[in-house]
Amino acid sequence: MNFYITALLLGLSLSAIAMGIFISMKIFNIPDITTDGSYTLGAVITAVCLTHGYPIWLTYLLSVMGGALAGSITGFIHTKLKVNALLAGILVMTALYSVNLSILGRSNIPLLNIRNIFEVISPTSNLDINSSIALLINIALLWTGLSLLLKTDFGLAMRATGNSESMIKALGVNTDRMKIIGLAISNGLVATAGFLVCQYQGFADISMGIGIVIVGLGSVMIGETLNNWLSVTNIWLQLLFVIAGAIVFQLVLAFTLSLGIDPNLLKLLTALFVLIIVSIPQLGFRKQS
Amino acid sequence: MIKLNNVSKSFNKGKANEVNALRSTTIEIKHGDNVVVVGANGSGKSTFLNLIAGNLNPTHGTILLQDVDVTQLAEYNRSKWIARVFQNPLSGTAPDLSILTNFRLAALRTKPKNLTIGTDKAFKELVQQKLSTLKMGLENKLDQPMGSLSGGQRQALTLLMSVMDDAKILLLDEPTAALDPRSANFVMQTADKIIQDYNLTAVLVTHNLKDAYTYGNRILQFSEGVILRDISSEEKKQLELTDLFAWFE
Repeated sequence: MNFYITALLLGLSLSAIAMGIFISMKIFNIPDITTDGSYTLGAVITAVCLTHGYPIWLTYLLSVMGGALAGSITGFIHTKLKVNALLAGILVMTALYSVNLSILGRSNIPLLNIRNIFEVISPTSNLDINSSIALLINIALLWTGLSLLLKTDFGLAMRATGNSESMIKALGVNTDRMKIIGLAISNGLVATAGFLVCQYQGFADISMGIGIVIVGLGSVMIGETLNNWLSVTNIWLQLLFVIAGAIVFQLVLAFTLSLGIDPNLLKLLTALFVLIIVSIPQLGFRKQS
Repeated sequence: MIKLNNVSKSFNKGKANEVNALRSTTIEIKHGDNVVVVGANGSGKSTFLNLIAGNLNPTHGTILLQDVDVTQLAEYNRSKWIARVFQNPLSGTAPDLSILTNFRLAALRTKPKNLTIGTDKAFKELVQQKLSTLKMGLENKLDQPMGSLSGGQRQALTLLMSVMDDAKILLLDEPTAALDPRSANFVMQTADKIIQDYNLTAVLVTHNLKDAYTYGNRILQFSEGVILRDISSEEKKQLELTDLFAWFE
């Protein structure tokens, strides 16, 4: 049972990535690989700041800004230097590996005996419940903020940028600027997940981001499948299902591991699982949208 | 209203496959002009339209809109004068967004898109009222995604969207090319009505000579990058449809 609680909490933390990928992939139609690097960047900044005694709120802010900066660099390379979005992401992700290693100073920093965001509020004596509450508050705030943003005129222009670029250009929107801002928001969210997971697992590791974009993508695809089944068009519900997708994703992985599968095969399983999710619609099992 | 001074546009300049799409063209389109542009494929008429719209920049020359030099302005900066209807019905609207959302963005064409929620009750009523003028029965389907409508419906809505915000110039790039004859007719009539009602200056590029004959008060014929004929309002009245066909023989 503990196994599933861990998965649930991890899923909640990683739902920030799912929201980030929802922005880059679904709203802007850009496959953004920067994610792998900006997730680690968020965790690395968190570990270094907390071990240096920075307050949690400042650490949070710095992590998000770090991720947003990485995303805006990808956006800049893609829009202004006209580099393919996938390649722009790979370039920044690769560069971030060195950046992360330099900030971290070594390949791993543990957070021993350091007060973290899960200890800020402690209404009960049960650590898991306290952590869930802290995470739920965090994710609920991100969900509300993002949903509201996407309802504003600016948010509508963001959504139109990915959906019909020729139209929104003719309607007076600088789509380059929009994409840079969008990728900054997306990677800011991804770094938030790095911030949360780093404190949840109690360490930052240079290789923790490998393949995390796939986790985000899988979560978004699960959310999208639910959205299509239920014909959801409301942005609040769409995002809620994406968050649910992140949790379902972790629960499925936890279930596979509980069957006694070698943890070394975890990335292989993750990739296969995402392959199944993305290919199901192509095979025609999903309701036509 | 629209002035082109000695405007040229070349593609692949200096290379073996250099194309001079438009050669030193000078023309003035006055307020209230309703210009129909005809010409064979590759004659430069689409280049002409795209240069005015701003998604192409001229190799030489200057472009003025209402006496403002816009030669260096990007397309999104010219939207305060220009509304556009594209050949592809998909290009003028966002298919996954609702009708209401599309209209909201159109209503902000000349304005900044701020962090406020603008799709309120008053705005919905305004869109319903505007939609009812088209008599397409879409007044109560504001939340339907744009992509669920037919090409003709989407072109008609794009036209209506163009006057949701203050517009002076309407550019239409073969708006009916992808439509069946009945829808095409409906879209052309809607366009004509909107141009008259809102007193717009319009530039319509078309391959349909019957439309060129029926609509507009001025005809430009392009050929190999130059304006071959410029038929004014008075001359156009004398023109027969057969004359137009004769130009292309």
